[in-house]
Amino acid sequence: MTDHSLEQDRTLAAAPVAGGAAAVGATGAEELVYESGLEVEVRSQWTYARRRFMRHRLAVGSLIILIIILGAGLLAPWVAPYSFEGYDVNSLEAAPSLHHPFGTDLLGRDYLSRVLYGIRTSERVAFIVMVLATMVGTAVGMVAGYYSRWADNLLMRFTDLILTLPALAVLLVAAGLIGKGNQYRVAIILSLLLWTALARIVRGQFLSLREKEYVDAAKAAGAGDLRIMFRHMLPNSMGPIVVFATLTLGVAILLEAYLSFLGFGVQPPTPALGKLIADGQDVSSHDWWLVTFPGLTIVLIVLCINFVGDGLRDALDPTQRVRA
Amino acid sequence: MLTFIARRILYSIPVLIATSFLIFAGVSLIGDPLGGLKVNPLASQQTIDHITAEKHLNDPIPVRYGYWVRDAVTHKFGTPLLSNVPIWDDLKRVIPHTLMLVVTAELISLLIGVSIGIYSAIRQYSVFDYAATTFSFLGFAMPVFWLALMAQILFTNLFLAWHVRIFYTSGLSSPDPGTGIHWVLDRAQHLAIPVMVLCVLNLAVYSRFMRASLLEVVNTDYVRTARAKGLTEKRVTMKHAVRNALIPVVTLAALNFGALIGGAIVTEQIFQLDGMGNYFIQNLLNTDIYPIMAWLMVVAVAVIFFNLIADILYGVLDPRVRYD
Amino acid sequence: MPEPVLSIRDLTVEFKTEDGIVHAVDGVTYDVFPGETLGIVGESGSGKSVSMLAVLGLIPQPPGRIVKGEAVYKGRDVMEMSKGELRRLRGGDMAMVFQDPMTSLNPVLKVGFQLTEAIQAHNDGVSDAEARKRGVGLLELVGVPNAEQRFDQFPHEFSGGMRQRAMIAMAIANSPSLLIADEPTTALDVTIQAQIIQVLRTAQEETHAATILITHDLGLVAELADRVVVMYGGRIVEKGDVFTIFSKPRHPYTVGLMESLPGLTVGQVGLQPIPGQPPSLISLPPGCAFHPRCSLSNGRVRCRTEIPMLRDTGHPEHISACHFHEELEGYQSKLVSEPVA
Repeated sequence: MTDHSLEQDRTLAAAPVAGGAAAVGATGAEELVYESGLEVEVRSQWTYARRRFMRHRLAVGSLIILIIILGAGLLAPWVAPYSFEGYDVNSLEAAPSLHHPFGTDLLGRDYLSRVLYGIRTSERVAFIVMVLATMVGTAVGMVAGYYSRWADNLLMRFTDLILTLPALAVLLVAAGLIGKGNQYRVAIILSLLLWTALARIVRGQFLSLREKEYVDAAKAAGAGDLRIMFRHMLPNSMGPIVVFATLTLGVAILLEAYLSFLGFGVQPPTPALGKLIADGQDVSSHDWWLVTFPGLTIVLIVLCINFVGDGLRDALDPTQRVRA
Repeated sequence: MLTFIARRILYSIPVLIATSFLIFAGVSLIGDPLGGLKVNPLASQQTIDHITAEKHLNDPIPVRYGYWVRDAVTHKFGTPLLSNVPIWDDLKRVIPHTLMLVVTAELISLLIGVSIGIYSAIRQYSVFDYAATTFSFLGFAMPVFWLALMAQILFTNLFLAWHVRIFYTSGLSSPDPGTGIHWVLDRAQHLAIPVMVLCVLNLAVYSRFMRASLLEVVNTDYVRTARAKGLTEKRVTMKHAVRNALIPVVTLAALNFGALIGGAIVTEQIFQLDGMGNYFIQNLLNTDIYPIMAWLMVVAVAVIFFNLIADILYGVLDPRVRYD
Repeated sequence: MPEPVLSIRDLTVEFKTEDGIVHAVDGVTYDVFPGETLGIVGESGSGKSVSMLAVLGLIPQPPGRIVKGEAVYKGRDVMEMSKGELRRLRGGDMAMVFQDPMTSLNPVLKVGFQLTEAIQAHNDGVSDAEARKRGVGLLELVGVPNAEQRFDQFPHEFSGGMRQRAMIAMAIANSPSLLIADEPTTALDVTIQAQIIQVLRTAQEETHAATILITHDLGLVAELADRVVVMYGGRIVEKGDVFTIFSKPRHPYTVGLMESLPGLTVGQVGLQPIPGQPPSLISLPPGCAFHPRCSLSNGRVRCRTEIPMLRDTGHPEHISACHFHEELEGYQSKLVSEPVA
């Protein structure tokens, strides 16, 4: 690479991390604009991020599909053709048709409706997990990264401990203990497992931000710890946090499906996507649709979330970006 | 080096104690392990009293934990609550089954995944790269249990349609597997689909990781230096870029091997494979704490051991690492 | 006039980025003659090293693209060469020393291995023992003490200066006829810089290679170069022999560079920085790229509308790309008041 384009990359990379540096660059540009009489638009980092995201066609497309699927789940009581418990005695175990696009099960229940209600359950769990894990992870990461020492040690030892055990085993034991069935409990259990990764990311960000000049400058200006953390350091860590939150949504949907499939998740009668697959398992060799459609739904949702997350990563976290 | 290993082993002892106690307490609190027995009309009160006394079930949890530690150390984990078959005998049976499954899957996916990753990185943005990327995104979005069920449905129906047995879709071996080459063939027919299923996710992980790692290295100054020396492109790639890019991949693989001994919980369950994961699930459903604890200890020791191996490998591959 | 070793004609290189096309090198022409040292000077981002990377085929394409131009080496255009021919040229006849010795050596391979690799890549059938002997000899030549032991060490066991010595040893391993040094001392401490300059001199004497010295350090140029090319915004703005450039610069940018150099005289006044920032290579100012920062332009229309061509200044082999360089006639740099050397 040439020194020029390297430099350019460095500026781009620095933009979201070091807001201070970006601001200085912008002032310089304005001066030049004045002197050379050229129109140069000075853009904020969020404008840049939005522009980069919108250019990511796959991510934008995925976001649209995702909104449609999750919206349909949210509005399941209104958009589902049947209720999730309604029996249709005239079509038991019916293969997919115009009447029942996803087929029906042994009791004649419409699987499209059940899948829509399943999305509703799964997305509710996933959103709670996203909010909880992101908040806890950010808070712990901030404290560990800013105050270092004992908080840091504690965090690292705890995450080591969690990493020593297979995630699914811990989840299952926790599910058995805290009580399977209730979707809120399932969400809490998943959050307990997932926050640690973000805590490590935020800690890393804060550790490096602590060394930045503008943090020193803020300290020298007499800003308190809380002000420095929330006004100066947190905004500069938003990129990785937003990306993590997005991807956590997908991870939570997958893990909830695992739990429900193994019988440790949301319990009947509430339909959940993993449970729907498990229900179809026994008769799977002939009623293939009972396994296929809920599974495809999970794949589609998680795929879209991951594409959106990827687009966000490109847009918000250029340090993670492989050179264009 | 030796002090490093010794320190790591010493350090892992409190981790082992902490995790084992946490899980012991967790599983104990799930519910009454004799609940099923107590409502069973065939079980006498005498049997129940006998088990309760033998396993000290009326003592507080820390005391029970103490008894467990004694049994674990002196009697190779002792016996389960509800049977007299020593736990160690069961473990000796299931561990090789699990290893056969997961090690095969791991080796295949490591080999193929790394190759795909290298080729993807060298031909970045080629058709091959896009295909590999699509495949890994699908792999990441797919719940393994769903993939396993779909494979099972597909191959069962193929068998039902053609009556030709290529792969079995359930169990470890036929009732009469034969000996020698026949036994090996029979086992391969049984394990082929579970191995393929496990490979999908692993392939996605390894190929993406290798690709990212290599892309990072390809742009480094020292690869440019190698090229500036007039080395052939092949030598630049293999000796300078891939050699360095492999370091984190090898470390990741070593860590994975440690986690593998816990078994592929859902895959083993779906394909009825008598392995570690299945063993864990069965006993968790029975809330039989003693086999679970034994399982946990085997897994934790394996994880700690392979963490150590990963660190040592890292040091061997990267001369900058110092053990102190 | 002898035949030039390398003759670059109208070279234009672009890079595609998210924000637009970077015109890194725009119609650059210069020659390098046997045995001489040519200094290429400019601020960072002026496209100094891109032309050399392009000649060596080290520009990743994409995002880079060589739009036009040729680089004639021994009568053949390098741009037309096959990949194999170019590869044999790299590290053989043309070798390069890079800026940052901390990152330019492969951290997981021994220094000796990286050195012998360079030897064996260009000399079929050299045995490992023979290559080792030559490698140790090269390390001694560039002043690495205990070369025999150092040969088997990893880069992280070397200091920055020692690594740069090793890089130079690697570059001269095959007696190149052209040695390119890209900011060879920038990443080093001042005391080490002087040593490395000495090593570069030794290397040049040993190989009789023509040297291209890419740097923003005018002191280094004054020390080592015979002729100087000054670049701004991807274009050459002034070219001449080192003494003329330093004593009678005829481009306001070069003048600005001289004025912004701190002198060593105690109590000296009048350190004059060039105002403003180096231009973005994506959208260069129209006309003369330097006009927004120029002290001579004074808002003259011609400066913003017409790209100045390189013109003779009246001195032999001294050309400048300023519409009004005659106005600098009579300017005497404070740096050189009478002929040195």
